Amino acid sequence: MSDFAIDVRNLVKRFGKKTAVDGVSIQMPRGAVWGFLGPNGSGKTTTIRMICGLLKANEGEGTCLGFDIAKEADKIKANTGYMTQKFSFWGDLTIRENLEFVGRLYRMPNLKQVVNETLDTLGLTDRQHQLAQALSGGWKQRLALAAVTMHDPKLLLLDEPTAGVDPQARREFWDQIHRLSSAGMTVLVSTHYMDEAERCDHIVYLANGKILTQGLVKDIIDDSGLITFRAEGEGIRRLLNMLSDMPGVEHASYFGSALHVSGTDRALIEAAIQTVKSENAVWEEVRPTLEDAFIALMARAGSDRRIHA
Amino acid sequence: MRLPAPLARIWAIFMKELTQVRRDRITFGMMFGIPIMQLLLFGFAINTNPKNLPTAVHVEDNSPIVRTILQGFETSEYYDFVLKTSDPRESAALLMRGDVAFVISIPAGFTKRLVRGEHPQILIEADASDPAASSNAIAHANMIVSRALRHELKGALGYLSADAPPYEIVVHPAYNPEGITQYNIVPGLLGVILTLTLVMITGMAMTREAEQGTLENLLAMPVCPLEVMFGKILPYVGIGAVQTIVILAAAKYMFHIPFVGELWVLIVGVTIFVLANLSLGFTFSTIAKTQMQAMQLTFFFFLPSLLLSGFMFPFKGMPHWAQIIGECLPLTHFLRIVRGVMLKGAGFMDLAAPLRALSLFTLLAVVVAMLRYKRTLD
Repeated sequence: MSDFAIDVRNLVKRFGKKTAVDGVSIQMPRGAVWGFLGPNGSGKTTTIRMICGLLKANEGEGTCLGFDIAKEADKIKANTGYMTQKFSFWGDLTIRENLEFVGRLYRMPNLKQVVNETLDTLGLTDRQHQLAQALSGGWKQRLALAAVTMHDPKLLLLDEPTAGVDPQARREFWDQIHRLSSAGMTVLVSTHYMDEAERCDHIVYLANGKILTQGLVKDIIDDSGLITFRAEGEGIRRLLNMLSDMPGVEHASYFGSALHVSGTDRALIEAAIQTVKSENAVWEEVRPTLEDAFIALMARAGSDRRIHA
Repeated sequence: MRLPAPLARIWAIFMKELTQVRRDRITFGMMFGIPIMQLLLFGFAINTNPKNLPTAVHVEDNSPIVRTILQGFETSEYYDFVLKTSDPRESAALLMRGDVAFVISIPAGFTKRLVRGEHPQILIEADASDPAASSNAIAHANMIVSRALRHELKGALGYLSADAPPYEIVVHPAYNPEGITQYNIVPGLLGVILTLTLVMITGMAMTREAEQGTLENLLAMPVCPLEVMFGKILPYVGIGAVQTIVILAAAKYMFHIPFVGELWVLIVGVTIFVLANLSLGFTFSTIAKTQMQAMQLTFFFFLPSLLLSGFMFPFKGMPHWAQIIGECLPLTHFLRIVRGVMLKGAGFMDLAAPLRALSLFTLLAVVVAMLRYKRTLD
């Protein structure tokens, strides 16, 4: 048996003339929590769908949990939990009925007991007879996570599970992910949130269907080669447009109340800052954040090439 | 020049609607396909005065006068002699299976007795289960014979052409002697209702999953296409059974339709017919992208089923091309089964041909559905 939960090489997926995924290779060890990042349309969803057998790759090969992704989709499906980007449980079934349906498809023994326990863990026992469509966004995500993990899959694929979910629910959702991970589940999660990315063991950054970079959060920041200066103070609101166009400034953007200016050439950046320096802005050099690194990566990778929802 | 505000907004919505309609290929096709189909079917296929009805002749007297009479039947265009039979038992089986609509029998010694002025009989046995199909031909029978004999009964035989005709036409309207329309329509309705409801319901089965985004979830779980299909179809087999019971009860107690044949034969027929419709509906739902399109496909199929199956208009009265289309529709074969069992007392063997046709249709629909069902999101 392969040591990797996911071991795919040179996956290519074309939709018509457009190439959505262009030679992606992933070797993901069992038991890890990996983050899948990249702008919209970079091929994250398509890659995940190829891994779990929902899409056939045009080129490339590989295994998922030791099963061939081209030939053994059924075995992969039986051992994987895949949570879709859009809520895809049955809104006209109750919470309980949804869980029971999923449990029956996976031929789970003691179905009633398992569903009861799942409802209990979720804190949904009181609302088990409500239609799933009546749930709020956060609860829908919790229901979906419960449903895709009920059969105790070895691999969990989560496609932007926390999009549109409030911060409190997001935090709880991630606590669940870590709980599942410590129980031995391998988790691949795609996200746009930097704080979520920082909770992952390893990050894969995709752009235009290709892996742009991957590794630990720290390594990705170091590899970006960025030098970042941070300004705070009343005067900074006017500075963004002036700085953006200056030589050596790769990107300038607001982070909360502060302004970050990043680039790879220290001398040019310092010169740029010098020209706009004023009394009501305090400048200091800081360690670039993951977001600084990603903004730079996105800018270097070019525009959005999304071709499917 | 700028349009006034309300007109500008109407224009904006008009343009958006036009773009959306154009992009929905099936809807767009249906908007032109259905009127053209209606034009062709109503204009060419439907004939409320059916002619060229298949007829068997059983002639035991071969004289010039008899030949003239038979020729008269044929030139009338109502009767189309498709075969000759010498065995009266065979003629009963031909009517039962619906191979012919009429059997014309002219007994031995007809000519001799005609000449003697003994008013011999010509027997027309008619399949009157569909009164609309047989009534015009029967009504014209007397005129056809007297016109045919007009030239024969001259000179030496002139005495026979006096006031009353020198022969007698006896009509046996089998299966529905009183010519009650309900006898034909109500059993047929069973087929029509099953077709409409079952094709439509299953037609929506997969499209609903696709439209609501739950298809991706279903595909991600370990369930194979055939399992999905059977699981989705089964509840509606039950619904079809309930519909059948309701309609049969209404036929018996409300419309007093006779039930001559055996119930189990009908149950076999209904079961295959229900499966045929359900698998067709499932096939539609693998073609249509939305529930709306599935509905449109259903109507596109339902219209010829209603018009070309022999439900509303006599099947044998349609032009040949329309009959060929009709033969491809499950309702056509089911009507033969349900009318055969209820009105004619047809047995399992008598209905072998339509039962076989329905089974073949079901098999084809399942194969197409399985080929079209997508295991992946590609």
